[in-house]
Amino acid sequence: MEIVIIATIFFYLMSTAGYFAYLFLQKNYLNRAGYFLLIAGFLCNSAAIFYGFLKSGQIPVHNLHETLVIVGWSITGVFIIFQYKFNLRIFGIYAAPLAAIVMVFASQVSSEPVQIKNIVNNFWLIFHIVSIFIGEASFVLAGGLGFMYLAQEHAIKAKKHGFFFRRLPSLELLDTAGYNCIVVGFTMLTIGLATGLVYAEMVWGRFWSWDPKEVWSAITWLLYAALLHGRLTAGWRGRKAAIMAIVGLAALLFTFFGVNFFLKGHHGEFTRL
Amino acid sequence: MFDIVLLGLNHKTAPVELRELLSFSKEEAVAVLEGLQKCPDINEVMLISTCNRVEVLLTTSNTINAVNSVKTYISEFKKIPISKFEDALYMHDGEEAVRHIFRVASSLDSMMVGEPQILGQIKDAYLTTILKKTSGVILNRLLHKTFFVAKRVRSETGIGDHAVSISYAAIELARKIFGNLEGKKVLLIGAGEMAELAVEHLIRNKVGEIFVANRTFERGVELSNRFKGKAVRIEEIPGCLKVVDIIISSTGSPNFVIARDQVKGVMRSRRNRPIFFIDIAVPRDIDPDINRLNNAYVYDIDDLKGVIEENIKDRNKESIKGERIVDEAVISFKRWFEGLSAVPTIVALRDKIDTIARTEVDKTLHSLNHLSDNDCQAIHRMTNSLINKILHDPTLFLKNNGCHGDRFAYIDLTRKLFKLDD
Repeated sequence: MEIVIIATIFFYLMSTAGYFAYLFLQKNYLNRAGYFLLIAGFLCNSAAIFYGFLKSGQIPVHNLHETLVIVGWSITGVFIIFQYKFNLRIFGIYAAPLAAIVMVFASQVSSEPVQIKNIVNNFWLIFHIVSIFIGEASFVLAGGLGFMYLAQEHAIKAKKHGFFFRRLPSLELLDTAGYNCIVVGFTMLTIGLATGLVYAEMVWGRFWSWDPKEVWSAITWLLYAALLHGRLTAGWRGRKAAIMAIVGLAALLFTFFGVNFFLKGHHGEFTRL
Repeated sequence: MFDIVLLGLNHKTAPVELRELLSFSKEEAVAVLEGLQKCPDINEVMLISTCNRVEVLLTTSNTINAVNSVKTYISEFKKIPISKFEDALYMHDGEEAVRHIFRVASSLDSMMVGEPQILGQIKDAYLTTILKKTSGVILNRLLHKTFFVAKRVRSETGIGDHAVSISYAAIELARKIFGNLEGKKVLLIGAGEMAELAVEHLIRNKVGEIFVANRTFERGVELSNRFKGKAVRIEEIPGCLKVVDIIISSTGSPNFVIARDQVKGVMRSRRNRPIFFIDIAVPRDIDPDINRLNNAYVYDIDDLKGVIEENIKDRNKESIKGERIVDEAVISFKRWFEGLSAVPTIVALRDKIDTIARTEVDKTLHSLNHLSDNDCQAIHRMTNSLINKILHDPTLFLKNNGCHGDRFAYIDLTRKLFKLDD
């Protein structure tokens, strides 16, 4: 198990190195190397999760270690698909190190599973967890694209065409890709929340229990809903959309980490140190 | 001993009036090649003539005579006294001539470093040379190496990256904003060489509809016909702002043609789609405050000039890498060229055969332990005389006899046949 995690970290770090070399040298083979190393890491990461699944017979999200492994996995997986679709070459410098950091962090925290009461392992739970993670990974990527958009926009507006201006793609592409990330993220988050509600009803007999995580997830959901609404009706795009994506990312991080550390609730066990 | 000589003038040494006088059309170039080929001191010859340079590349065994013949010939051909252009001429020989042609083809010696046309012009000149059969082993090899070097410099350095003209820089910026320019609508306000050039670049990038606004409507109609666009009146510009994505403005108006509030007003109905203003006019046509609106971008002529200056600096930085590639190529060409005289070739050939013979004899004697020392020496003697007999005729042939005509071709062939260049 350890060794698979180490291999995953190794591939993610190598991929990071590849993408950074590409950033400086702009040779396409470096970009491809980064991409394929990331896929190799993703396969190791999947193996780690699959092993956890075999061992416990449940989707492995019983402690912070396992949860982070899934976070790394979903970021990488979603990035691989987006990279394939949009070919945003430079974007690897955001996703690969992020996945690597998450995995390093995962390897450092205790992997002792917490005893959990009241868990019924069924289809709704798996669906809930998988779609929430994929949705959140998409939002994480959207946040990164938001940062890149702001950097590129600043370069164009300020007429300072430096290192990043040359290497970042066009505003249009960054904006479209960010929008697509948010659409995917929002869809998955909606599915995730809905299946979560159904699961809660089945197991605890109530849809909604004012658990802090539930409340904050709802807040995050509303935030992204507002963003999409603004885009569709008032044409919020470009800078405004990029800033919203970053704000959304902040809310998301708080929902994921902050709620567990500062507030209590029935999700707490999964991400407690 | 043969030498490679390059005689010429370029934009650094000669003013444009002189370059005009001395430039050769394609037909003239053919005549010059035929004429120079007849000179007894010139073996191989090639002529490059572009608007920025005239250069003659030749091989000779008597540099001074050859250079004088070229000067005299050109002076007679163009009916200009030698004294009038002699000061502008530069002469390189040997390694320096090779380096020069490599640098020229790689666009390191161009007025605008990295401009791509020069390589094509040299290729054309070489094609003429081939058709007239005035090049031989040396120039052929040199030119093939030249094309190889130029290609390497272009692909391995950023020497040709990024625009160095105003209109190209504007297009590059538009691509950074819109990504793909396909289908984007363009509004041209006013007219002018730079603005029209920019529109032509945009058309090449497959933009969509083109609107042309001009103070005199007739002129607008004329221009719009040229671009297959649509003429609009100046008063219609605010309405146009709702649909167009790229505005190129170049009018003589003393005031702003488009004000900030006009653009602010249309952004909502544009649903915040980005809008890019290229202001080529002096005084400016576009209110610079528009740049502070979200999703609106304004570049005026000074901004574009700033962009170009940066790009030129980058190209010059990249040209250092190009020089290194050229240096490497010069060294490898020099090695080949030096091998082209008879003596080193004969030595290399003998060395090769000697090595083979010695290895094989040693191998054989190793398994024949019953032979006495005398027997062994007899075998060595026999081997040596075999080598001498075999190499006798080729050596004489390469040294002189029989080697009529193109001696380099035979030396080159020998080197290839026996793989002496590894």
